[in-house]
Amino acid sequence: GRGRGRGRGQMTFNVEAVGIGKGDALPPPTLQPSPLFPALERRAAPLPGGEEGEYMLALKQELRRAMRGLPYFVKPGAPRRDIERYSDKYQLSSPVDSAIDWNPDWRRLPRELKIRGRRLRKGRTAPLVPKQHVALDKEETIKKLESLEKKEEEVTSEEEEEKEEEEEGKEEEEEEYDEEEHEEETDYVLSYFDNGESFGPDSDDNGDEAVY
Amino acid sequence: MTQAELRLCSLLLQEHFGEIVEKVGNSLLRTGPRPLRLLVGDTGLLPDQVKKALCVLIQHNLVRYEAQPRGSVEYEARSERILRILRYPRYIYTAKTLYGDPGELLVEELLLHGHLSMSRAVARVADRLTETMEDGKTVDYSEVSGTFVRLADTHFIQRCPMVPESPRSAKAPPPPAPALAIAEKDAYVVPRLSLVGKGKRRHSCDEEEEGERKAKRQKQEGGTSESPPDDGIYWQVNLERFHQHFRDQALVSAVASRMDQTSSEVVRTMLRMSEVTTASGASHTQPLSSNEIFRSLPAGYNIGKQALDQYLALLADDPLEFVGKSGDSGGGTYTVSILWGELGVPGPETFPSSGTMFGSRCARIFRLLLRKKHLEQKQVEDFAMIPAKEAKDMLYRMLSENLVSLQEIPKTPDHAPSRTFYLYTVNVTAAARMLLHRCYKSVANLMERRQHEMRENKRLLEKSQRVEAILASMQATGAEAAQLHEVEEMITGPERQQLETLKRNVNKIDASENQVDETIFVLESFIESTMKKP
Repeated sequence: GRGRGRGRGQMTFNVEAVGIGKGDALPPPTLQPSPLFPALERRAAPLPGGEEGEYMLALKQELRRAMRGLPYFVKPGAPRRDIERYSDKYQLSSPVDSAIDWNPDWRRLPRELKIRGRRLRKGRTAPLVPKQHVALDKEETIKKLESLEKKEEEVTSEEEEEKEEEEEGKEEEEEEYDEEEHEEETDYVLSYFDNGESFGPDSDDNGDEAVY
Repeated sequence: MTQAELRLCSLLLQEHFGEIVEKVGNSLLRTGPRPLRLLVGDTGLLPDQVKKALCVLIQHNLVRYEAQPRGSVEYEARSERILRILRYPRYIYTAKTLYGDPGELLVEELLLHGHLSMSRAVARVADRLTETMEDGKTVDYSEVSGTFVRLADTHFIQRCPMVPESPRSAKAPPPPAPALAIAEKDAYVVPRLSLVGKGKRRHSCDEEEEGERKAKRQKQEGGTSESPPDDGIYWQVNLERFHQHFRDQALVSAVASRMDQTSSEVVRTMLRMSEVTTASGASHTQPLSSNEIFRSLPAGYNIGKQALDQYLALLADDPLEFVGKSGDSGGGTYTVSILWGELGVPGPETFPSSGTMFGSRCARIFRLLLRKKHLEQKQVEDFAMIPAKEAKDMLYRMLSENLVSLQEIPKTPDHAPSRTFYLYTVNVTAAARMLLHRCYKSVANLMERRQHEMRENKRLLEKSQRVEAILASMQATGAEAAQLHEVEEMITGPERQQLETLKRNVNKIDASENQVDETIFVLESFIESTMKKP
């Protein structure tokens, strides 16, 4: 039985066999979980230095840095703004959740994983590939009508070129190419456009750009 | 999967692929294989995000998928492969030592991208090599593809399983997920490509040239709109082969430390000859005749045939049985024993960790128990030549950490305690697992600490990055030394100190992670080999 009452501290087997002599003080019972940072009894051995160690260290840090920049590092999409702003249309598109920035070989992946190609506008929910022209049409009727046809052609040719690009050509250049196409959608030089949000809070006496 | 492994996988995914991929990976690791919609529900992410994450994970061979009979596709995370991310620097460094810069960059590109086709890999590496060379010089594709072929021939890289080519009738719906497969014999066959070209340098200053290059490229693409000649053939790094190489290195250094340099060279030669002929789980290499070994010795070693035979005999007679004699044809055939298990090759190398944990005397007791298997309390004290009190204390400490265990041997059928032997023993596999678990925990702790350090100093880091960017742009536009100095002054003295300390700490932590990974490798290989024993 437990060592309560008479014969405190007795155990079922003869403790002498294990080496606890009679009358030897046993270590006190532990009443709390072990400390988070137990005291270090001895210092750890020094790290092996040398050329190999240094090189591997540099490699490791370089790899980490490089992987952050690759498209495989999935960043969450930009948070939706509370109010739709006029400037949203003209800003360079931030990473969109639905876009896949690299081109996997879709033949090797299950079909359900296929994400539709780059969307031209943020926030559209209509499925793209078969309906692209139709959906675009709807959007375009709100815009200038004379550029409708031109835009459609641009879109289809952009799609085809995108596909060709995707088959050969490098990732960085593909991104540049796409952004150029995006830029051409508007008549404005995008770098001139400043929506005023990068200034401090006291920039505008009117407060927010009011949306009527 | 243990908690420690889960936590480490989580941290690795988050550090290299971001939080979305981490969440998806976590869900798969914790709850096992599941289809897409359950994943979406479980992680609370948007479906597109989950799809993107899965594409990334599959691309990097961290998740596999399988079409279920009822039409859905199940995804399963490969935890042991995720843990390998820790070892990437070691793979890349090994490739560098074996095949130089092109080899290093090829392996690095393949690891960064998961898998690549040969044409793309060669193009990228040639570009990268060209970037580092002086102006006007470029690297030819043939140099890089030569290294690629050598990597494939020695099995360091292998082909990925392929999409089945069987043409389906138009009526039958395509399967929800392709069943990828590749025959063993095809796995290292390099496609016949004539890759012609030179590495391209990225010019950022000369706009006109860029415009011209772009036009040329468009023309090229307009002309060659068909897919590259090796379409569908992808290559990945063969991690098992690298592990085999590490194991060979460990063996050779064990022989060198036990015997001498020459015998280690002999063993190294034998191992090199059997590199590609040894199956991955084998316990011995194929038998090699001493004539063959003599022919394959590296040029610098001109030991006579007689001397070689003597070395081989010595190695074969050694109680640790590195080399075994397996026959007499051709002057005696020998094999190298590559099973970690019986030898205690892990012994002298990894169980020094018990020394650092508890002290060198504990290590002495531990090694004693390893060798003698079972010892009584009294015998331990005698053989280890350690006073009774200390020996007791150390044994109990190791017992409480489960490095040693007690074995009861009853003298009488009623197992009376006074009439039973209690023997201390080491259960090597259990001890190895325990240590491995601690290693995983250590690395996870190290990573968390490193991330904490970076977070704490985030503001300062950002500031220093901005200053560097300003300096770089100013230098490019030819600013004077005084102006540069002014900009440098933006970071104050104490801040510089802080940055220095941060850099030192982060470097130390990173180096420690690499170090622990070496131990993880040895322990994992050992445990794997014990599981494979018939």
